[in-house]
Amino acid sequence: MSKIYYTEDHEWILVEGDTGICGISEFAQEQLGDIVYVELPEPGTTVAQNDELAVVESVKAASEIYAPVSGEIIASNEDLVEDPAKVNADAMGDGWFFKIRISNAKELEGLLDKAAYDALTAGQS
Amino acid sequence: MAKPGMNNGQTIETSSGHRGLDLAEPLIFELDAPGRCGVDLPEPSQVSSRLGGLERQAPIGLPGLSEPQVVRHFVRLSRNNFAIDAGLYPLGSCTMKHNPRLNEKLARLPGFADLHPMQPVETVQGALELIDTLADWLLTLTGMPAVAMSPAAGAHGELCGLMCIRAALEARGDAREVVLVPTSAHGTNPATAAICGYRIEEIPADDRGRVDLSALKEKLGPHVAAIMLTNPSTCGLFENQIVEIAQAVHDAGAYFYCDGANFNAIVGKVRPGDLGIDCMHLNLHKTFSTPHGGGGPGSGPVVLAEALAPFAPLPMVRRDGDGLALVEQKSEAEGTAASFGRLKGFHGQMGMFVRALAFMLSHGADGLRQASEDAVLNANYVLARLQDLLSLSFPGPCMHEALFDDGFLKDTGVSTLDFAKAMIDEGFHPMTMYFPLVVSGAMLIEPTESESKDSLDQFIASMRHLAERARRGDVDYFAGAPHLAPYRRLDETRAARHPVLRWRGDVKEAAE
Amino acid sequence: MRYLPHTPADRQAMLAAIGVDRIDELFVDVPAQALLPKALDLPNHAGEMAVEQNLAALAARNVPAGAAACFLGAGAYRHYVPAAVDHLIQRSEFLTAYTPYQPEVSQGTLQYLFEFQTQVALLTGMEVANASMYDGASACAEAVLMAHRVTKRNKAVLCGGLHPHYADATATVTQFINFDVDRRPADPSVADDLAALIDDDTACVVVQTPDLFGRLHDLRPLAEAAHAKGALLVAVVTEFVSLGAVTSPGEMGADIVVGEGQSIGNALNFGGPYLGLFATRQKFVRQMPGRVCGETVDVEGRRGYVLTLSTREQHIRREKATSNICTNSGLCCLAFCAHLALLGEVGLRRLAQLNHGRAVELAEQLTALDGVDVLNDSFFNEFTLRLPRPAAEVVSDLVGHGVLAGVPVSRLHPDDPGLDNLLLVAATETNSDEDVAVFIDALREVL
Repeated sequence: MSKIYYTEDHEWILVEGDTGICGISEFAQEQLGDIVYVELPEPGTTVAQNDELAVVESVKAASEIYAPVSGEIIASNEDLVEDPAKVNADAMGDGWFFKIRISNAKELEGLLDKAAYDALTAGQS
Repeated sequence: MAKPGMNNGQTIETSSGHRGLDLAEPLIFELDAPGRCGVDLPEPSQVSSRLGGLERQAPIGLPGLSEPQVVRHFVRLSRNNFAIDAGLYPLGSCTMKHNPRLNEKLARLPGFADLHPMQPVETVQGALELIDTLADWLLTLTGMPAVAMSPAAGAHGELCGLMCIRAALEARGDAREVVLVPTSAHGTNPATAAICGYRIEEIPADDRGRVDLSALKEKLGPHVAAIMLTNPSTCGLFENQIVEIAQAVHDAGAYFYCDGANFNAIVGKVRPGDLGIDCMHLNLHKTFSTPHGGGGPGSGPVVLAEALAPFAPLPMVRRDGDGLALVEQKSEAEGTAASFGRLKGFHGQMGMFVRALAFMLSHGADGLRQASEDAVLNANYVLARLQDLLSLSFPGPCMHEALFDDGFLKDTGVSTLDFAKAMIDEGFHPMTMYFPLVVSGAMLIEPTESESKDSLDQFIASMRHLAERARRGDVDYFAGAPHLAPYRRLDETRAARHPVLRWRGDVKEAAE
Repeated sequence: MRYLPHTPADRQAMLAAIGVDRIDELFVDVPAQALLPKALDLPNHAGEMAVEQNLAALAARNVPAGAAACFLGAGAYRHYVPAAVDHLIQRSEFLTAYTPYQPEVSQGTLQYLFEFQTQVALLTGMEVANASMYDGASACAEAVLMAHRVTKRNKAVLCGGLHPHYADATATVTQFINFDVDRRPADPSVADDLAALIDDDTACVVVQTPDLFGRLHDLRPLAEAAHAKGALLVAVVTEFVSLGAVTSPGEMGADIVVGEGQSIGNALNFGGPYLGLFATRQKFVRQMPGRVCGETVDVEGRRGYVLTLSTREQHIRREKATSNICTNSGLCCLAFCAHLALLGEVGLRRLAQLNHGRAVELAEQLTALDGVDVLNDSFFNEFTLRLPRPAAEVVSDLVGHGVLAGVPVSRLHPDDPGLDNLLLVAATETNSDEDVAVFIDALREVL
C-alpha cells in the first residue's frame, strides 16, 4: 500500500514500505516554468531530513530540493540529466528525482497529506 | 537562414538572406579560407628553438580572414546592437548616459595608453598624478577621508569594502558572522558577503520601500559585522532614515557598507560622508560615464572611513616629497602593514581613470551637481507622466529612477517581459525588468540626465500607447514582440538545456 | 554645459508637470543637514579644449613605452595592434551598449562573445570558455575557488613561478573562507617538485607557463599526478601569444586554463583595463564563474545567441553564486577577438615565431656580455638575466639611455634578497634591431 506526502517546500514523497520516491510537485514545476537542469544526489549518500540534496533550475531561477525524510539515497533519475523537460511533462511520475531508503518513518508524520498541501498552495499561484 | 519580411501581408524572401541594410552575417569560423591572413608580418629569423621541446604540434583551428572581411564582419554585427548613441536606453540601476568622445581620445594618448605598468616610477609621474587627482575629486565629492583605487568593477569594489571591514573586525579581535542585506539589494551584495565568509540575513522593506528600521534594529547585535545598503536604493528612493540607520549600525559595533551604484543621483548634492557610512564603492562606468562597452570593463574605487583605511588593498599612490610613489608591498613605514592584500594585477583600471577624470573636469563642480539634478528631474518627469496608467510601486518623489510594477497588467495576459519586448518595436531599449525583487514584475526606468525633454516625451508617449494597448487586451501583439527587431524572441530554454558555448564546425550539439 | 540638453525653460516646464516649484522639493527625503546648499569646492565646468590641454599635460610627463627601447613584460606585453581593431571597438553600437540582457537587440555583442569563447577554447586546448573576467590575476583566483567547489577540498598549491600578483589575488580572495594557499618559493634555479605536495585535501595545483621567469613547463607529468590524487590542474598563461608556438595546456592535461588576454588586441594602459581569460572542460561548466554566451534560435528558427547558464550567477543565485563577479571585460574581448580574427592561424603562428626569434637573438647577445647570465633553459619571449649588481639600480640607470630594460624581480619579490640581481627581459615583434643594439650598448656601459 503506497501513500503520498508533501512538504511545505513543494517536494513529494511516495512511500512504499521502507522506501520513498521523491520529486517536486506539479505546483512547483508550474511556478518554475521550463526546467533546464537538474542536479541529483549520488546514490549511497546518507542524508538527514531537510538536508539540501538536489537543485532544479529554470532559465531564471534555481531552487534547492531538500530531503523530505532522513535516509540513504538508493537511486537517482539519470534521465533528467539528459531530458530535464520530463519534470515539466510529468512532475509526479517520470519526472521523479531520487529514491530514498527511509531510516525514520516517524518523520513522515510531520509531512502534509494531499489535502493539506492543496490548501497550502491554493492561495499561492 | 533568411528572415522573412512582410509586404502587404505577404512574406518577402531574399535569395541572399540579407534584408536591405539588415545584413546576415555568419561566424568568423565560417568565413575561413586556410592560409588567408589579415596582417602582414615580416619573415621570422631562423633561430634554433628554445621552447624546450614544447613546440605546438596540432593546428589551433583559427580561421583565416582578410582585413576587409574582418572589418565588414564586425561592422555588420554591430548593426544588430542597440546603443545609447542610437537611442534612449532607460535601463534602471545601470545608468546609460552619454559617453563623451573626448574621453576616448584622451584615454588613447600614448602618455597613458602606452605605459607599461612596471615602468620605473620616475617615468610615470604624470600617470600617478592623474590617479591622485581623480582620488582627490572622489574624496571631495563623497566627503570621505580615504580611497582604494584598484577594484576593477562595482562587485570588485564591494569585495574590497567588505574585506576592509572583515580585516578591521579581526584586527580588534571581534569575530562576527553575519552581514545584513535588504531584500531589494543587488545580487552581488550577498554573493560578496559569502566570499568574505559571512552568513547573510535579509532585512525587509517597509510599505514605503525603505529599510524597516525597527526590523533592522531587531536584527542588529554583536554577531553582525556589517549592513550593505544601496542608497539611493534599487527602488530609486533615498533612504530618508539613513542617519538613524547608520547610528543603529554603529551602536551595534558594526560597519555600514553603502553600495554606491546609484551615487549618480546625488553627486554634488549630498556627500555620503555626511550620512555616517563607513565605505562605499563608486561605479566609474555609471556615475562618471566610462563606456559600458557591452558589459565592461568597469572600475570600482572604494571610499573608506578612517577606521577602515589602514586595511585598504595594495597598491596605492602616495605623495613622496615632490613626486609620487607607488606603494606595492606591505610596509610599516608606509602604513600598509595591515592591508588585506591585493585584489588584481597591477594598479587599477587606468584607462577608466582617464575617462572618468575627463568627465569630471568637463562637468566641474557646477555641472556634476546640475547633472544629478537633471537625472532626478527626468526620472520624476517620467514618473509624473506615467503614474496614472502604470502602477507606481512606491509614492514619489523618486531619485534618478522610477519603479513601476506589473499591477497595471493584471488580468491583461501581458507580462512585464512582453511589455519590455514591445518597447523594442517602439525604438527604445527596455527598462530593467524583474529587478528589484521586492515588487512583482518590476519595471525600473532610469532615463539619466542625457535625455532631452523631447526625447522623454516621445518615450512617455510610447509607454502610454503600450499600456493602453495592453489594457485593450491585445495579447497576441505583445506575445509576438519584438516584431521589428533584427531578431525575434530567442529560445533561452533551449540554450540552457543543451548548452552550445562554442563553434564546432558541423557539430551542432556540444554535449560531450 | 555641453552634455546637458535641458534649457532653463525645459526645467521649469518639467517641474511644473511634476507639480513642484523647485528641484530641491524632489530631494525631500535627504536629511536637511546633509543636503548641500551649493556646489562643492572644485573647479567649475570646462570646455573640451581646456580639458584636453589639462590631461595632455599629465600625459606628457610620462615616458611612453614606444618612446624608448622597451623590454618590459612580467604579465603585460607590448604588441602591435592593427588600426582596424581600435576603429571597430569604437563603433558606437559596441562602445555604448550595455550587457546584452535583451538578445533581440544585442546580437552584435552576443555573436562576438560566442566567437571569442571559441577562440579562447581553441587557443587553450579546452572545451569551453567564459566571456572573460577582470584580468589574469582575478581569473586565477576564480579558478582556485572553482577547484574548491568542484573537489570540495580546501587547499591549493601555487608554483613558485606564478606571477606574484596572481598568487596575491588568490590568497586575498580565499583568506576569509576555510582554505589554505601553499605558495612555493620563487627560485628560477630550481624546479618545484609540485607533485609531492599534492595530498588528499588538495583542490588544485596552479602552474604558470611560461612562468614569471619565462620558463616553459611540460604539464603532463603534473596533470597525471594531480588527477591520480583527485586534484585539478590549473594552468596560467600570462602571454597568450605564446600559444601560437607552444603546446596548449589543454593538450597537456590541464583542467582549467586562465590567463591574461591583454597581449592580443589591447594596449598596455598602465595595467588596466585588461582581459581575464577562463577556460575549462565541459563537465565543469556549471561550476564555471562569470558570464557565458550560448547558441540558440529565435522563434523564426534563425540562429542567434543569448547569455545562458545564468543560474550560476549572483543576480539569481545571490549568496550561492559561483562568483560575485557580474561583469566581464566586454570591449577588451572585442579587441582580442578582432585582432585574433585578423591574425588567424597563419598570423598568430608567425607572430609567435617573430617573438620567439627576437627573444632568442636578444638572449644570445646578452649572454655575450661580461657578467650577464641568462638563467633559462627554455623560454618563449621573456627570460631571466642575472646581473652583477641589483637589477633595480641597473634599470634606473638605463632610463637615461632611453631604455626600459625590463622588470627587476625585486619589484615583485622584494622580500627575497637572493633575487635582487635578477631582471626579467621580454622581447616582442615591436622591438627593432636598433632597440636591441641600444639596449646592449647601454647595458655594457652601465655595468
